[in-house]
Amino acid sequence: MVKLTVDGKEVEVPQGTALIQACELAGATIPRFCYHDRLAIAGNCRMCLVEVERAPKPVASCAMPAMPGSNVFTNSERTNKAREGVMEFLLANHPLDCPICDQGGECDLQDQSMRYGSDRSRFFEVTGKRAVENKDFGPLVKTSMNRCIQCTRCVRFANEVAGVEELGTTGRGNDLEIGTYVQKTLDSELSGNIVDLCPVGALTSKPYAFTARPWELKSTETVDALDAVGSNIRVDSRGHEVMRIQPRVNDDVNEEWISDRTRYACDGLKYQRLTNPLIRVGDRFQSASWPGAIATVADGLSKSGAKGDEIQAIAGSLADTESLVALKDLLNKLGSENTALDTKRGTAPPAHGVDHRSNYLYNNTIPASEEADAVLFVGTNPRHEAAVINSRFRKGYLHNNTDFGVIGDKFDAIYDYEHIGVDAKTVGDFLSGGVKSPFADKFMKAKKPLIVVGSAVTEHDDGQSVYAAIAKHVEANKDRFLTEEWNGFSTLQRAASHTAAYDVGFVPSQQAESTKAKFVYLLNADDFDAQVIPRDAFVVYQGHHGDHGAQFADVVLPGVAYTEKGTTWINTEGRAQLGRAAISAPGASREDWKIIKALSELVGKPLPYEDVIGVRDRLWEISPALTRYDELESPSAASVGLGLAEMAKKGTPVTSTKAFVKPLENFYQTDPISRASVTMANCVKSFVKGVNSEETAVPPAETQAQKHA
Amino acid sequence: MLNRVQKSVLRSARSFASVSEPPVRGYGGLKDQDRIFTNLYDRHDFSLKGAMSRGDWHKTKEIVLKGDQYLIQAVKDSGLRGRGGAGFPSGLKWSFMNKPGWDKDSRPRYLVVNADEGEPGTCKDREIMRGDPHKLIEGCLVAGRAMNASASYIYIRGEFYHEAVRLQQAIDEAYKAGLIGENACGSGYKFDVFIHRGAGAYICGEETALIESIEGKQGKPRLKPPFPADVGVFGCPTTVANVETVAVVPTIVRRGPSWFDSFGRDRNSGTKLFAISGHVNNPCVVEEEMSVPLKELIERHCGGVKGGWQNLQGIVPGGASVPVIPRDVCTDVLMDFDSLKDAQTSLGTGAIIVMDQSTDMVKAISRFAKFYKHESCGQCTPCREGTSWMYNMMNRFENGQAANREIDMLVELSKQIEGHTICALGDAAAWPIQGLVRHFRPQMEQRIKEFQRENGVVMYGGKLLKDHNPNIAIPDNRGASIPPPAAA
Repeated sequence: MVKLTVDGKEVEVPQGTALIQACELAGATIPRFCYHDRLAIAGNCRMCLVEVERAPKPVASCAMPAMPGSNVFTNSERTNKAREGVMEFLLANHPLDCPICDQGGECDLQDQSMRYGSDRSRFFEVTGKRAVENKDFGPLVKTSMNRCIQCTRCVRFANEVAGVEELGTTGRGNDLEIGTYVQKTLDSELSGNIVDLCPVGALTSKPYAFTARPWELKSTETVDALDAVGSNIRVDSRGHEVMRIQPRVNDDVNEEWISDRTRYACDGLKYQRLTNPLIRVGDRFQSASWPGAIATVADGLSKSGAKGDEIQAIAGSLADTESLVALKDLLNKLGSENTALDTKRGTAPPAHGVDHRSNYLYNNTIPASEEADAVLFVGTNPRHEAAVINSRFRKGYLHNNTDFGVIGDKFDAIYDYEHIGVDAKTVGDFLSGGVKSPFADKFMKAKKPLIVVGSAVTEHDDGQSVYAAIAKHVEANKDRFLTEEWNGFSTLQRAASHTAAYDVGFVPSQQAESTKAKFVYLLNADDFDAQVIPRDAFVVYQGHHGDHGAQFADVVLPGVAYTEKGTTWINTEGRAQLGRAAISAPGASREDWKIIKALSELVGKPLPYEDVIGVRDRLWEISPALTRYDELESPSAASVGLGLAEMAKKGTPVTSTKAFVKPLENFYQTDPISRASVTMANCVKSFVKGVNSEETAVPPAETQAQKHA
Repeated sequence: MLNRVQKSVLRSARSFASVSEPPVRGYGGLKDQDRIFTNLYDRHDFSLKGAMSRGDWHKTKEIVLKGDQYLIQAVKDSGLRGRGGAGFPSGLKWSFMNKPGWDKDSRPRYLVVNADEGEPGTCKDREIMRGDPHKLIEGCLVAGRAMNASASYIYIRGEFYHEAVRLQQAIDEAYKAGLIGENACGSGYKFDVFIHRGAGAYICGEETALIESIEGKQGKPRLKPPFPADVGVFGCPTTVANVETVAVVPTIVRRGPSWFDSFGRDRNSGTKLFAISGHVNNPCVVEEEMSVPLKELIERHCGGVKGGWQNLQGIVPGGASVPVIPRDVCTDVLMDFDSLKDAQTSLGTGAIIVMDQSTDMVKAISRFAKFYKHESCGQCTPCREGTSWMYNMMNRFENGQAANREIDMLVELSKQIEGHTICALGDAAAWPIQGLVRHFRPQMEQRIKEFQRENGVVMYGGKLLKDHNPNIAIPDNRGASIPPPAAA
């Protein structure tokens, strides 16, 4: 520990703490632009200068370690003068366009110039201000480079966290520019974060441009549901509209980053919405009242003659925990065990089973991912399936010398990896020591090895054997994989609902798998294969978007999206988090569990809960972990062992040479919301298909017109 | 006789209460046998054979075998201060490499020689590398041994093609003769010397920017701490030293620290290469004793100022980054660190730029400002924004298109840059301008007056009041209401 005095106040900080943090601890606010506690220190904005006793010059507090016994003044005349000087220089070439700048109202430069700057300008040079050409970073990040103050936060983020090494600085002196050297777009799933990082309005959000001012927005702290990470987000809304989504800090989950889908798919909430109950009449849907629609469903159930397992429910990736429980309870009351997921092989009992929670959780926890020595990815592309967790792997790669091996599809990773093979058999070969390679050597000896099993394994025909092979290997190497502080077996889910579905047992029984359904209830299910639904079955679709699933429906019941309901989400680690409604539900749509409750009453099997508290009591009954919000209950090594033993028993030696199929074709369109999003469509055009994004910058209506012309 | 005794009695009596007067000693007039650089003008053979005939590589094995502590102590005793500009005591700096427990550190250790001689006016290292390359290579070995370095990188300015070729030839010769390499001079010490050619950025002469450049990155200064002695080239302990500093070390060790210390005033010991350019009859690079009076240096070696001493306007005594001094200061000042510091300037690299009365002093300093604007790396705010701003202002001052109060503002801006930047380039940009205002303010004011007489009021920033659209109000902070000087 180091003891020092800041403004006459004594503080004690750990060795190696930056002076700026010590000052913050002492309650002194230090202005800063380039310093960011999650990025490397650049020390180039010089705004954080403070006076230190016996130092000849003011020191940059972000770059200076706290020294024992030093006496720091953060509010002395010299400090203030230094700050004022730096501020004057920053403003000298900064355009005075705050009224038309999207950063206005939440701009660090604005705020700090009010607090620390001089009250008037001295810069009247006839030569004028610097002009810098804007860069094209693609459809997400809008640049206005005149405003750039060269703090290089974006450069450091891109290089350290996102792994986009082509963002950097060119030129020198007053001609220094931020750019991608060769006019490339910023090809990263995390690129939106540089908008948050930018302390000025140089990098702003392109979809959000000129739509709202920060003081008009209502902020709601909630949880993302577009992947299984459970990123903590803040939804900024105005009236009935979600204007933008920004990350919330949660060091245990997403740190301060969110993926571009999480951030920018929100415009999809406005399009293709189901706002009224619909009943199919011939080949058309007709609007109906709620009582009418639900009565039609009840009617359809009895008319279809479905009994027991012939009543099937299929849940999709956006189904919340409450509605999953309600639907499962209803089906069970109707005598059916046929609760399935809309994934490939989702209508069969999952390969990993659901009796042991540790079999399908990301046991290692997200923060611990950076500590692994050697990581083996089996049938997963973490860059697409969990972009935020992927940045943790890069951290390990940069700071912890982590090595990576991949069995499955090759992908464009942000770290070096060794590609071992593509098929299931390779897993068995590799784990039994049949593969000789540098990674295999390191993996077999690693103190903290980590196997990340992706959803491609669960969806693989021979998934059970793959799980068994992995389970056997982990059991055999218990001393390295399962210790007090390390759990090296993790399954990475890709959809927000999957962990919850497994937790509440929303999986079909063995008999149900082979039963042909007569009545199918689709809960947010859109990703199923069309053959899953028998032609003559009565189909109900409950969801918020008119996507793939609604096309099959006889009755459509409009539910609400994740930003419009307060529900429980279980992330891939098994962490329960509470989402909150940011805006009211559009049209006549209703909260999902209430729809099921209403239906239950009409079919004569009323569910026993009256309000959401009641549903959560039921959740607690199923597993207390589902309602212990924000707390992670990691399974003990012993219980993990039991789960593994069960899996190890089931499989036969892996012989399948079928390759793992990547479940996500592209990162930007994975669910009904992102498929309805114009922004995401532009991203696909620009990043996946590689069309020059200048074109995508044109509003969608015009592009359409051009195409037809 | 009596008188003398009385005097000495008096003096000794007085010495109880006061310090005895030091003997008066003149400096300058270095004798030929005391010169370190004996082939400065490239009149003799620069190759190994010629170098050995001039005494280089003489008993280097014995020197290397003396060990690090002996060598560092010798450098400390000699009072050698870094010749690159800052004048930090070399022995002390090098001793940072040998911290307690250094030998347990498995990282390689490097001596980096800064041969990126980019300071305008400076051309001394070039002469060393051209005429005496073996002095530098031997210096690398000896200095490298002192700091237990495993290799030395010579970062040479890209424009010095000829010098790089000669240096490489000398390195090849030395390797061939076994003077460096696996078993340097047969001492059993392994030491390599590499050349790295720069690409022409002035900022790469800053030690941490130079390190970045060697690593293949953009030449941008690093933050200190950590200092290069802890984390330098490729993350290994490194010391960066100027060519001249390194090249004099073998001679210091050979002839003894006290010999070197006998030159110059206290704390400014040794001999120094001075590069005199500008309005002198015979511009040259010359080795002289430290503390030689500036006037004597110019008169003795350069044939005096063109048109006589009275024709002198000002001298920049240490390369473009130090403040200019006017004639009356030049007359008395001694060329060493302390004397020049007292004259509010600096010895810098010892590059003396002489400017006579024909010089447009404002334009000259404006040219310096342009240089620093161009060479600023752009990393940190005060330097990036400040150098351009000052350049724009200096540009206007050249013909007087400014308001009188802007002179003070210029000084204020330069003070806002000075000391607030990552590296010393900000200081270097600020000082010449401060020197100009300090000593030549009347010239600037005169020019402003003349310009305003001709063109009317000039508002802050250089805009003419007469160019302003009269239908648009002028804010009161633009200086429009200050009346122009009365017509002569």
